Order: sequence, then C-alpha cells, then structure tokens
Amino acid sequence: MAELARGMRSREYSSEEVTRHFLERIESGNGRLNAFVTVTADRALQDARRADADIAAGRGGALTGVPVAHKDIFCTSGILTTCSSRMLSNFVAPYDATVVERLAAAGTVLLGKTNMDEFAMGSSNETSFYGPVRNPWDEARVPGGSSGGSAAAVAARLAPLATGTDTGGSIRQPAALTGLTGMKPTYGRVSRYGMVAFASSLDQAGVLAQTAEDAALVLEVMSGFDPRDSTSVDARVPAYSRELDAPVKGLKVGIIREFLGEGLEARTRDAVESALDAYRSLGAELVEVSLPALPLSVPTYYVVAPAECSSNLSRYDGVRFGHRCEDPKDLLDLYTRSRGEGFGAEVKRRIMTGTYVLSAGYYDAYYLKAQKVRSLINADFRQAFAQVDVLMGPTTPTPAFGIGEKVDDPVTMYLNDIYTIGANLAGLPAVSVPCGLVDGLPVGLQIIGPHFAESRLLAAAHAYQRETDWHRRAPQGWA
Amino acid sequence: MTLTRRDVENIAHLARLQVTEEELPVYVDSLSRILEFVEQLGSSETDAVQPMAHPLEEQVQRLRPDEVTEADRRELYQRNAPVVEAGLYLVPKVIE
Repeated sequence: MAELARGMRSREYSSEEVTRHFLERIESGNGRLNAFVTVTADRALQDARRADADIAAGRGGALTGVPVAHKDIFCTSGILTTCSSRMLSNFVAPYDATVVERLAAAGTVLLGKTNMDEFAMGSSNETSFYGPVRNPWDEARVPGGSSGGSAAAVAARLAPLATGTDTGGSIRQPAALTGLTGMKPTYGRVSRYGMVAFASSLDQAGVLAQTAEDAALVLEVMSGFDPRDSTSVDARVPAYSRELDAPVKGLKVGIIREFLGEGLEARTRDAVESALDAYRSLGAELVEVSLPALPLSVPTYYVVAPAECSSNLSRYDGVRFGHRCEDPKDLLDLYTRSRGEGFGAEVKRRIMTGTYVLSAGYYDAYYLKAQKVRSLINADFRQAFAQVDVLMGPTTPTPAFGIGEKVDDPVTMYLNDIYTIGANLAGLPAVSVPCGLVDGLPVGLQIIGPHFAESRLLAAAHAYQRETDWHRRAPQGWA
Repeated sequence: MTLTRRDVENIAHLARLQVTEEELPVYVDSLSRILEFVEQLGSSETDAVQPMAHPLEEQVQRLRPDEVTEADRRELYQRNAPVVEAGLYLVPKVIE
C-alpha cells in the first residue's frame, strides 16, 4: 500500500486507475469469498477523482487515493451499516464514525463495507447474517473473526487495507489466519464514536494491512483524541511511520510461558519459535516470563463481554431503528419478537449470558468476580512490563479451521481467543505478524506492549519484516 | 451450573428476547456449558482484590460543560425508524 501511494504521488498511475483495479478484483472475487456486504463503486470512483485532483494540486498525503474497506461496524453516512445483523439490515447510518471521517479526510477511497461476525461476536465469521466469509488460503476454511471480511479482502488483494475492531482478538486472530499484519491499539487511542458498540470497555478499532509500515501509516491517521468518545485519551499521537526504524538490538522481549504450553499446535509453536530466534539474531534479549492469572482470561472475558453486550444491545427495541416484527400485539411483543427475529443465535446466547451474570443474586458471583480477576490479569501484565519492553507469543493456537467445524460448541469456539483476550482485558496494544505457513496456512506471531507503546510494537514488527518475507506471501490464485 | 428450561425462559424474558420451542433446549445446553466454563474463576483468590473499573487506571472520566452541541436532525434520524407519524415514533397502544 505504501508503494501504491507513492506511485500515485509520482503520477505513475492515478487513484482512479488503482480504484478500478480493486473494484474489478472485488467484482470477480467477492462471489467466492463473501468478504463484502456492500460495495460502494460509485462513491469509490468519486473519491478517487477527488484524490487525483488533490495529488495534481500538490495536496497529496501518505494515504491520498488509497482504497480502503471498512468493517461494517463503522457508521458510514448515507451508506448501509449492518453489523452483519438482520437487526441492522435496513440501517443507513446518518453520520460517519470518527475513524471513517479521519481516513476520508486523509484522502482514502471508500471501496465498501466488509462482512463480519454479527455484532462482532464470533471468531470465525460464521455468525454473520450474510453468511460465512471464506479464507482465500483455503476456501473450505474460516478467515477468523470477527473482522473476517476485512481480513479476507486484504489477503486476497481485493483491498490494499481494511479497518477492523478488536474486542477479544477480532483483528489479530483473522490477521494471523490470513497472513496479514493486524494491530489493535491501546484502549482509548482510537475513537469509538460511530463504531457499533459490543463491549465498550474492550472494543478498540484498528487496522488490517500487509505490512507493519502500512499499519503505521493508517494508525497515525486513525488515532487521536475525540471529544465525542468519553473514553478517548487526550494524548499526543507519535508519527508511527517515522519511528519504524527504531533498533531491535537490546529490546527486552518476554516470552509468555503460559502461551507455549498445552493447546498450542506443534507446528504453530515451531513457527513462533523460529520468529523468536529471528529476534534473537537481531539482538533482542529474550527472557521467559510468567503471567499466572492469564489462563483465566477467557472465562473472565466470557463474563465481562456478554455483560456489556447485554447492556449495549438493549437499544435494539424495534422502535427507533432496526428490525421491527410484523403486527406487534403489544409493546412487550414488539420488543421480544423484534429482538428474537433480528438477532442471530450467537448474539442471543451472549445477551442471555450477560443478562444472567448481571441478574440479582448472581452479579457478585460472576460479574464482580470476573472484574476482580481482570484486575489480577492487569497486575500480571504490569509486573511483566516492569521487566521487559514487549511480550511475544502465538496469536492463535492453530491455523485456520474448517467452516462448520466448531459452530456447535461455543466453548471450543471461545478458546480460539485464548492468546488474544488478555490484551483487551488490560487495554494493551498488540499486533499480529505473519511468521510462517503450516500446511500452506498462515500463522501469526503476537507482540503485546505496555499502554501507548504502539511505536515500539510496529518497529519490532517492521524489523522482522525486513528479515523475512512471510508478509509478502499471497494465497494461491489471488496474487 | 446447570440451567433448567424455566431458568432460560426467565433469562429470555428479562432480556426481552423471544426464544422458540426448538431453540430453548439448545440454549439450556449451551448456556449451562458456558456457565460451567466460567466457574473456573472461582479457583482464584480475590478477597483482597479491587474489581477493575477501567483499563487505564490513571484515566479520569472527563466532564464537559452542560451545553447543547447537537443540531436538531430529527428528520434525518427518523428515516431509519420503522413507523413515525408527525415526528413521533409509533408503538402499540400502552395505556387504554
């Protein structure tokens, strides 16, 4: 993408030409992958012509004219914003999310909206009302989730980059399973305004791209204070793309002991260990660290996230927007039937889990307990970062699994996020970097940093990408 | 924790969700499994631990002046409403 933007600025080709190229790829490839819910071709060409005029007038920036796909969780003014739910299948957003607004102001071109797990609840993109997304590396497998459409689109070169959101791993896990660089910034770094809420204390927007350099260029535009998000952090955003060359020599890397044990598939572990060796060769100092409370992150998450979800999703009542049932006989019938029809099975399961753990008599045993364990996990991270600069480990326990393989057992599905959830619970930035192929399927190395250490993570990822070419590999037939 | 049909019916009612007869046993099973799974939280000692309120401990909730900042965009917003009349959202009759 960075080269693409440079080519446009040096007038080797126009944004309109680049945009037409991607629109054609979407046209021919999306039928197989189901990565897009909405393609905004007219809008894309309009954006591209404006970008070309800006470049001609000498006003082109790092992202001017670059096509982008937004996860369909971000509100886009005048464009369908479905969250891949029947509930919002008729919802035309009346305003732009801050992320959308900032990327538009930077001159990007809107290609369309990508498929996702319904309301971002899922790890396989199989809970979408619009059907599962297929992994371009093997179309019988999932691309991961919940930002599965964004991941499949970038991996298959239908878009040079895409936005995503990460509540428990929804950027990093699909990035790992499709061979991409995916980053979730610190909680509060990117505005949540206009991003449909799932679990507000965990939700954070980020990016899926081919390289750490691309991710840096996008994140420095997306990030920053926004008074319209009450948890947005008012702190300076470094120019990530200018700090990519920070040396890895002397970097203290903590290897999380709890992440390399039981449950990690052997060849995924081999790929991660080779990546760790590469960091050792680059002069990083590797030490093993233990975060004893971390194995409790999945059960903690599956109390906290459903609790927040049940509260956030109470807004869908069939009255002001969204799906409404036919001929409601009274107000209760209107609520229960509109919600029963509008939400899919996994969303209903999470709303009910959340309702239960927040209900009288169970609140202390579940919700309060989970928030205390969350404190313990947070303290473990804090202690680890007193000794090391970054933490490393696998992003996922296995490469991509088959479509339909895990849908019947929610607990097995939830365990896909075993390595990613900790960063969300503690609000930490984390990036997944492609680090190998297992039977032709990509796997990822995860790098987690202390709050606001995005630059350090991106520089570490960039250093690895200068030594390796995993991030350059494209799925067969999609190069 | 094993839930009964009654439990799930009650939760669904609290959540204002219609759950069909066919869906009910599926939720009894999966919600029971989820609750059983999260019960491992009980294994950790947390008596002296404060519950976590915010991922960034030093972050303080901002206050803003109590001023109107939004323009009136009722018509635009109501374009997404299922039924409106004279600028009002319509629901089934609540008071006879």
